[in-house]
Amino acid sequence: MQTITNTTTRYGWATIVLHWLIGIIFIGQFTLGFVMVRTQSQRTAFELIQLHKSLGFLLLGLIILRIAWRLGNAAPPLPPSVGALERRSAPLAHLALYVFQLALPLSGWALVSVSTLEIPSMPFNLFVMPNLSLPESDAAESFWASAHWYLAYAGIALVALHVCAALRHHFLLRDSVLTRMITPSSTGE
Amino acid sequence: MRARILGLAAAAACLAMPVNAAVVLGDATGSYTISQAGSAIRFTIGKAGGGGFDGAFARFKGTIRIDNNDVGRSKVDLTIYPESVGTGQGRIDAFLRSDAVFDATNSPEIQFRSTSVSRTGDTTALVTGRLTARGKTFPEKFTADLDGLKGGTIKFHVTGKVLRSRYGMDVGTPLYSNVVDFDMTLTGRRG
Repeated sequence: MQTITNTTTRYGWATIVLHWLIGIIFIGQFTLGFVMVRTQSQRTAFELIQLHKSLGFLLLGLIILRIAWRLGNAAPPLPPSVGALERRSAPLAHLALYVFQLALPLSGWALVSVSTLEIPSMPFNLFVMPNLSLPESDAAESFWASAHWYLAYAGIALVALHVCAALRHHFLLRDSVLTRMITPSSTGE
Repeated sequence: MRARILGLAAAAACLAMPVNAAVVLGDATGSYTISQAGSAIRFTIGKAGGGGFDGAFARFKGTIRIDNNDVGRSKVDLTIYPESVGTGQGRIDAFLRSDAVFDATNSPEIQFRSTSVSRTGDTTALVTGRLTARGKTFPEKFTADLDGLKGGTIKFHVTGKVLRSRYGMDVGTPLYSNVVDFDMTLTGRRG
């Protein structure tokens, strides 16, 4: 039980599970988004888009939970071996990752809300998710479609940077930055 | 005084209606060609969370044969061209025409052939028949209400519900209802 929450020396299971779950769904959503707009069959495309919306709403819920958890929990500091530049840039990169995690599902929600197609959202066919109260128009739809597209590519670039940094910590710097996000038994030292 | 006038009016209406209907049906016997002018085939599909979307078919053809001596031998044939579907939203029209829904290229016609007609009232009838869409045929029922008969022109208001899933058009359920509500005005011209 004690390993659920974070301490000043390690991450707990809640943080670890949320991190990887969101990471996997986030990359899956990028791939799904890329594929669904290139699918020839209109039926398959429609179904993939509905799945993308369902996963997007799930992601939004998980991210809100994660931000709340992050704000209410201590985060272990970086190992002492990490240099000054990284010490300053890492929190900024992480802040940017949080911004994208929120902005992507929200921009998708805005897109379906303003779309003149008026297709309802029903995450996993469980309930009807209301639209954001934004006026619908073709212009607003193309604006949010572009915003969602740019955010997706910028977000996935940031994720790639994040993955490279983690791999660098593990294989080049040989510190615990990656392993402490895999299991709580890996402490900061 | 007012009550007496109302009563009189009601009695007059009761007397007038069956007579009127009898005249109408007596005159109706014959064959009619459904004309697109004066006719409309509209449909509505309910949407999760309320509302729905409406559409209409712009092109169709058909015949109505009314046999007043034996109403059961009356017949309705209707062919709808799904390529002509219109909802007011071009992207939805393209989706409906595609193989996601009508597959209009490979199945250019939706056909209804009545198998029986039974009177349900002075001006109403239940029309049972076989509906064929995308190569699948199922029995369907429609309610026809005689809306007018003037000269050689006859007009019916036809309503009915069709389950789209049976015709391989279940895409989008349960976001969009499986029930398609038809609301048609069919105007036939004699001959």
